[in-house]
Amino acid sequence: MTIMSERVEETAVDEREPALSVRNLWKIFGPRADKIIGTPDADLPRAELKRKTGCVAGVKDVSFDVAPGEVFVVMGLSGSGKSTLVRCLTRLIEPTAGTIRMDGVDVTTASEAELRDLRRKQVSMVFQHFGLLPHRQVIDNVAYGLEIRGVGKKERRAKAAEIVSLVGLDGFEHSYPDQLSGGMQQRVGLARALAGDPDILLFDEPFSALDPLIRRDMQNEVIRLHRELGKTMVFITHDLQEALKLGDRILIMRDGEIVQIGAPDEVVGAPADDYVRDFVSEVPRSHVLTLKWVMRAPRPDDSMDGPVMSCDTIVRQAAKAALASEHPVRVVDSQERVIGIVDDDAILRVVVAEEDHA
Amino acid sequence: MSTLAPPRPGAARPDKSPPVEVKRWVPSSRWAWALGVVVLWVVIWALTKGNDTLALAGRERTGVHDALAEFRDSVIASRADNPLIQLTYEIGSWFTSVVDWLQRMVSVENFPRPVPEIGWLGVTAVAVWIGLAVAGWRIALLVAASFLSFGIFGYWSDAVDLLIVTFVAVAIAVLVGMPLAVLMGTGNRAVNAVMTTILDVFQTIPTFVFLAPIALFFGIGASGAVVATLLYALPPIIRVAGHGIRTVSATTIEATDSAGQTRWQRLTKVQLPMARKTIVVGLNQTTLAALSMATIAAFVDGPGLGQPVLDFLKTVNVGGAFVPGALIVVIAVMLDRTTTAASEYGERAARGGVDRKRRRIMLAVAGVPVLVCLYLSRTYSWAAEFGDSTWGPRLADAVNEFFGWFTDTFRDLTQGFKDAISTVLLNPLESLLAESPWWLAAGALLLLAFVLGGFRAAVPTLVCVAGLLYFGLWNHAMITLTMTLVGTVLVMALALVFGVWMARSPKVDLALRPLLDAGQTIPPFVYLIPVLALFGPTRFTAIVAGVVYAAPVAIKLVADGVKAVSPTTLEATRSTGSTTWQEVTKVQLPMARGSLVLAANQGLLYVLAMAVIGGLVGAGGLGYDVVLGFARSEEWGFGAAAGLSIVLLGIMVDRIARGAAQKTSR
Repeated sequence: MTIMSERVEETAVDEREPALSVRNLWKIFGPRADKIIGTPDADLPRAELKRKTGCVAGVKDVSFDVAPGEVFVVMGLSGSGKSTLVRCLTRLIEPTAGTIRMDGVDVTTASEAELRDLRRKQVSMVFQHFGLLPHRQVIDNVAYGLEIRGVGKKERRAKAAEIVSLVGLDGFEHSYPDQLSGGMQQRVGLARALAGDPDILLFDEPFSALDPLIRRDMQNEVIRLHRELGKTMVFITHDLQEALKLGDRILIMRDGEIVQIGAPDEVVGAPADDYVRDFVSEVPRSHVLTLKWVMRAPRPDDSMDGPVMSCDTIVRQAAKAALASEHPVRVVDSQERVIGIVDDDAILRVVVAEEDHA
Repeated sequence: MSTLAPPRPGAARPDKSPPVEVKRWVPSSRWAWALGVVVLWVVIWALTKGNDTLALAGRERTGVHDALAEFRDSVIASRADNPLIQLTYEIGSWFTSVVDWLQRMVSVENFPRPVPEIGWLGVTAVAVWIGLAVAGWRIALLVAASFLSFGIFGYWSDAVDLLIVTFVAVAIAVLVGMPLAVLMGTGNRAVNAVMTTILDVFQTIPTFVFLAPIALFFGIGASGAVVATLLYALPPIIRVAGHGIRTVSATTIEATDSAGQTRWQRLTKVQLPMARKTIVVGLNQTTLAALSMATIAAFVDGPGLGQPVLDFLKTVNVGGAFVPGALIVVIAVMLDRTTTAASEYGERAARGGVDRKRRRIMLAVAGVPVLVCLYLSRTYSWAAEFGDSTWGPRLADAVNEFFGWFTDTFRDLTQGFKDAISTVLLNPLESLLAESPWWLAAGALLLLAFVLGGFRAAVPTLVCVAGLLYFGLWNHAMITLTMTLVGTVLVMALALVFGVWMARSPKVDLALRPLLDAGQTIPPFVYLIPVLALFGPTRFTAIVAGVVYAAPVAIKLVADGVKAVSPTTLEATRSTGSTTWQEVTKVQLPMARGSLVLAANQGLLYVLAMAVIGGLVGAGGLGYDVVLGFARSEEWGFGAAAGLSIVLLGIMVDRIARGAAQKTSR
């Protein structure tokens, strides 16, 4: 937990304003939902709340910040409220209480016209079931956002063609969605979201409907696009592997509440509770944990001849060099100070432990 | 309820879990109770038969009938000063002038010209060109053949008049209906519920009943015909298009909303284009509904092919009625095929399957002969007016001859069938319904409604029974109800046999479905003609015509319902070694019971509609009363009371069947 608080401080130190800031967000479905917040009822577990008031809490008192350019993953099982949460961000679902700020604009109090403007220019979304327009060609699906902004046909088609090529759909501009495979349809969805050049991209389980190989391709595609375009991304998923692969930070949700927020190695190395621990128990730890999670404090008798590695090196990447050397690895922080020692035992413990699991 | 039912052998066995037993018991005990009510009814009927039947003597009229007649008189009297009546008459006369103008253009002489502005050659050429433009050359050929047949059989003006009334009504129905469909498709649940209820009631009213009140407010002739047609044609487009708009994928709407579209953009760029196919289906249904009403509007002197049919039916000249009747079928097929093909063609064109440039050139080239035909039809009398042709009368004679031979040869068969149904089904049921004292029949109906459909059926039934008693035609209503029930039993027998057969054999389905589809496009009026030839002017004719009219929709519903039974379940049954009969009776029919009840519901309404029109050919009951109201001015109140009673009867059977369906599907 100490590490987590350090993280928060780090973010606070970041001088730039967060791209997205959510404070005390609530969404309760049902009659007179707004009357429940602030009463003791709000703290009831879901089933009891439903029984007592007939309301269902989708999102309960959620706060987080997303830094510009960050990939922020929200992970949870079905019914955890993650899809509700992402819809509240652009008020596709009207939140019950709380504030949302995007690039300094208060989304929650925006008028209908302001909200429309925000959706047109600042933030766009990719959906699980694509939501493409079946009566339009790929190019016109991609250009849809520009079209409703009032961009002329020639200009919007030129821009759309550029994006179509960016997501690797060259040659399919004039196909109709039902002529494409699921993976290609989602590329269209991705292109549509990118066409308006938004600052923030929201993904609602975009690859859950795809088969595993295509899903892996699409994840790599997102990583590539993120590297090339540097957009801020909020990514919803129920797949922990996907979360660990894509996320700079991961928010784990259960029953509408935050269970833990942290970087992938923090979630795996220091699960906040049994729920998260259970979740991450199957994860190959050597793929996620960094050296700082396996090092011990340096002792005076440690050999100073071993290789030097950064504390953020992932165990698997360090393993070969560490095992090859006769001396233990010296782990350094960003200021090149030695902060710990990793010997062969420590490496093997992580690697072998996960073989036990398997 | 389950405790009162007699114990079953299975109940004693401990290995069966109780909840399953209870669930299995609910429907069967419901039907057992219904049977009990009927048995009780028969017992009391045997003791009290013939008393208090509320049968009216020949010319006896109640105060309500007189009051209705007075109402009619007051409406007519207030034409000069009542703004509402003036408005409706204004609307009516506007319709008349539109129809009149179109008639002078294409179907009747435009004084001082001895012929219409555009003669038959020009009209046919333009129609063919339109067919070519919207749906391709096959449809163009169909249109050409149809229009030529109008002239060849000597009904050019009547056929074109019928098309005029239909098109004017459809155009207005689309203008009025589409905004309502959008409202229904995008409105909240309350709006949707209100509109669905109104449309439901509208669709339970038989066509025939619309006419008298509309003629009163809008006048007879073209105005009444257009208004009645319009009202009857509106519900399908509102309902079907509304459904199409409502069922546009929510994900797509959400996705495009998230791009920041306005509501108008959502409607015009997402909802309407995505619902396009369904909207065209609605347009197709609206057109066919309009055609069938425009035909029946002959009763209020509406122009068109309905008039010769009606005239010949009155004199029981089957051959004479057959020719215009067949032309009505030709029009129905033409309109149905054209709207359907136009939708497919449009779909293909929208997806780039049609070379637009080539198409434009082709249409332009095809336009040249059209212009020539237009010129010819304005210049030469041979191209303006169809010469006299003997084809019509000759066909009529041939048909008369054929039916004469047929009935002579098969008299025993038709008569035997008629007698068998009459003795086994019709007479006993009519005796039970119409000869019971009113309190007995009313009580039994209420109990049955309650047992089968619970309060949701019993309350409307109570209201309808009270209304029937109020309008003073109880006895006739029971006679009409008898015909409806007998017809429905026959319809369901057909539906079960053919429906199951179609569901089990793709070949049979392939062979029958086009026939059924065609059967559904034919206006009900036309069905009377061949049946009249077989069975003569009796109530039986009305029932059989009703069965023929209702069978296609019922068979299709049953077939689709049985076909929808999961193949996995069927496979599992087969793997346990069921016989075909067991498969049908223990798996397919029980699992499709929702569709069966729906088929029965539709069957009831269709047969009722026909039983009413059957008044024209001696069916008796309320239908005859309505016809009497049309025929004699002094009987207007009586006819109106009969019309209202029919509406109540329709709502009653619909609500009971629906209630039963809801309970069954649970």
